[in-house]
Amino acid sequence: MANFYTDNPALKHHLNHPLMQKIVALKERDYTDAEKFDYAPRDFEDAMDNFDKVLEIVGEICGTTIADNAESVDHQGASCADGRAIYADGTVENLDVCRKAGLMGMSMPRRFGGLNFPITPYIMAADIVSRADTGFENLWGLQDCAETLYEFGSEEQRAKYIPRVCEGETMSMDLTEPDAGSDLQSVMLKATQKEDGTWVLNGVKRFITNGDSDIHLVLARSEEGTKDGRGLSMFIYDKRNGGVTVRRIENKMGIKGSPTCELVYKNAPAELCGSRRMGLIKYVMALMNGARLGIAAQSVGVSELAYREAKQYAEERRQFGKAIIEFPAVSEMLAIMKAKLDASRSLLYECARAVDMYKVYEDIARERKLTDEERAEMKKYSRKADALTPMAKGMGSEYCNQNAYDCIQIHGGSGFMKDYACERIYRDARITSIYEGTTQLQVVAAIRHVTTGTYANLIEEYAAEGFSGNLAPLAEKLKSMTEDYLKAVEKVTAANNQAYLDFMARRLVEMAGGIIMSYLMLMDAKTTESFTASATVYTNLVQAEVAKHCDFINNFNVEELAAYGVK
Amino acid sequence: MSLNIIVLAKQVPDTRNVGKDAMKEDGTINRAALPAIFNPEDLNALEQALRLKEANPGSTVTLLTMGLPRAAEIVREAIYRGADGGIVLTDRPFGGADTLATSYSLAQAVKKFGNYDIILGGRQAIDGDTAQVGPQIAEKLGIPQVTYAEEILGLSDGKVTVKRRLEHGVETVVAPLPCVVTVNGSAAPCRPRNAKRLMKYKNAASPSEMSKLPQVVADLVAAHPELQIKEWGAAYVEADPEQIGLPGSPTKVKTVENVVFTAKESRRLDNDDAQIEELVKELIANHTIG
Repeated sequence: MANFYTDNPALKHHLNHPLMQKIVALKERDYTDAEKFDYAPRDFEDAMDNFDKVLEIVGEICGTTIADNAESVDHQGASCADGRAIYADGTVENLDVCRKAGLMGMSMPRRFGGLNFPITPYIMAADIVSRADTGFENLWGLQDCAETLYEFGSEEQRAKYIPRVCEGETMSMDLTEPDAGSDLQSVMLKATQKEDGTWVLNGVKRFITNGDSDIHLVLARSEEGTKDGRGLSMFIYDKRNGGVTVRRIENKMGIKGSPTCELVYKNAPAELCGSRRMGLIKYVMALMNGARLGIAAQSVGVSELAYREAKQYAEERRQFGKAIIEFPAVSEMLAIMKAKLDASRSLLYECARAVDMYKVYEDIARERKLTDEERAEMKKYSRKADALTPMAKGMGSEYCNQNAYDCIQIHGGSGFMKDYACERIYRDARITSIYEGTTQLQVVAAIRHVTTGTYANLIEEYAAEGFSGNLAPLAEKLKSMTEDYLKAVEKVTAANNQAYLDFMARRLVEMAGGIIMSYLMLMDAKTTESFTASATVYTNLVQAEVAKHCDFINNFNVEELAAYGVK
Repeated sequence: MSLNIIVLAKQVPDTRNVGKDAMKEDGTINRAALPAIFNPEDLNALEQALRLKEANPGSTVTLLTMGLPRAAEIVREAIYRGADGGIVLTDRPFGGADTLATSYSLAQAVKKFGNYDIILGGRQAIDGDTAQVGPQIAEKLGIPQVTYAEEILGLSDGKVTVKRRLEHGVETVVAPLPCVVTVNGSAAPCRPRNAKRLMKYKNAASPSEMSKLPQVVADLVAAHPELQIKEWGAAYVEADPEQIGLPGSPTKVKTVENVVFTAKESRRLDNDDAQIEELVKELIANHTIG
């Protein structure tokens, strides 16, 4: 029986990162829950053993039920009838198995029925689920919304909704509208406060993943007459109250099991979550950061699947008297796929740990005042998470698309047929670089960490780790790439021209991302030798990319911007 | 009504993925080369038991297994999925048992267990494929048996209604309790291990495992009865030494042959319906398919 956790040693490598000791101790408040809950860990080893064993359940369910259902779910897809979204049969079974296994509300506190897992093992579960069925990862992964409800909802709202999520009710985040996609400031859905103080929602939402969920977080305009983000608040809509119907679901290219809904709100009763006017500027931003990390995990899962499908085919397919993997053109493609996979996974967990660190301090701050030292550490990791999230989402999603493309290429003509999983992978991958902010918007979020030096500082930290033996030459290359990167940043920022900076932003962010991931790969290889090949392949790949970008930047004349339509 | 449900289960070598080293020179199973797993159809039986428990609040599900002490592993597996506890019937004199001695030993354990309402088990184990143990236990206990069960449709007034999956269709039967029901692989798959239950019960241990545990864990088990997996021996279940293990097993394996399936004959058919229909008829007639 396939197990998508135990068959993938890279996962255990990332789970056992030294920083976990601190994350878990903080998350478990020095293991005090053990007195109150019979499933809480006694100490660090016990907690890690829990993660390992629960991930093994995730791996088993994913390697059997969910992976087995992926094809039929893709064929059947979700549908819409009588104002409701209807899941494919396989999706219903997948959700049922996940509920019974208790894999909902994984990161929620135990007092609400959750498992109190840090983000890192939760994200690992998302990585595994996505490999089994990318579209299903969306439905399962929307349990993230509980995190936002926990952070900003009242204690009463937490106690009312979070246990339901832990029991297996699904969630959705109702943000986008026909005229408010990337630009959420223009959200129009109307929230009206009645005389008794309660709220009702009226209007339309579009492109809502799992829009017929049990518990919705809704972005709506609570302040009449406002036009921007400051007039928006966040609401909780409970499906049990009625008032929202599904008008239609989108006919999509991929992730067909995940219903993308157009919702009609007709006097739908809703509860205000948090403070008025903070909906977009604070809560949705937090929600989106969590969701972006989720898509980064989903992307890594797709990369894993694409790589495995391609490798298996290349080993089995024989041409000219030998397996095609023996041809350098094919083995190089596979090595690059693996390098992109390993690099994006390494960045994913580096980012997840940073999120864990600052979130756990934020949570402790709800109980007591943090010490200055703790506050400083929270800030450090918050900044790191903020810098790495758009990079992990942006570059990870692009890599999984590239891997899906190469997966088909390795299958040759067969890959173009519907007979192999690769065509589904190709379609499913495509959305990852679009939703929760396109790659272009991830660059917008990341560029300030280029200009303010967050990335440069991180790179310096990583370089100080020191690398010897066969990693030393790679570290040397990275040093020289870093110099080139810093020169390029200097050149672009010195011009003091916003349009020029915007135009070059993608190149600068890609260089920083490539160098950061190379260093992460080197650190992986330092502790686990099997990463050495990927570290080598990836560093070489980045070296060429950095050279290309630097060449472009150095030879670019600012007047040429007009030729690109940049004003 | 609340029920005392016993699920019979066996830890078996995973014969579904057999490699070249699956058999030893002497024709016995090379257990070291095959991972030990929860016999698949026993998992189907466990699911039926857990559904009965859900439908009848206050019921308990107890796993009963005979084997080596390490069979406590499948008791834990069952607990993670929802069983309340389990018993490992293990003792040197039980070794080498055929189905007759096994069913006698298990029947003795059931008698020792006492007050039970229904016994469920898989139709057969994938190592022996005999499908005899369940029915033999029913005979030894003098209670009815329902074999090839696919679903327990209902339980009331001291009777259980069972859908049986037979070769040419289904049959619904009603049996008085207590009885033995053996469950087919076509029944609903077993629910997964539950994360919280796993974290809660992962330290559950039998007496022979206790001695190998770190002190802190051993203390934990000692303090929590729900973490204690029972281990029963031959004397405890008052088994007659002549009826258990090798002495109680009339079955003697004479030789074991390695059978290798190879395509020796082949026949070419043209791509037309008449020839295909002819072949299908022939295969049905000689019972290759059907």
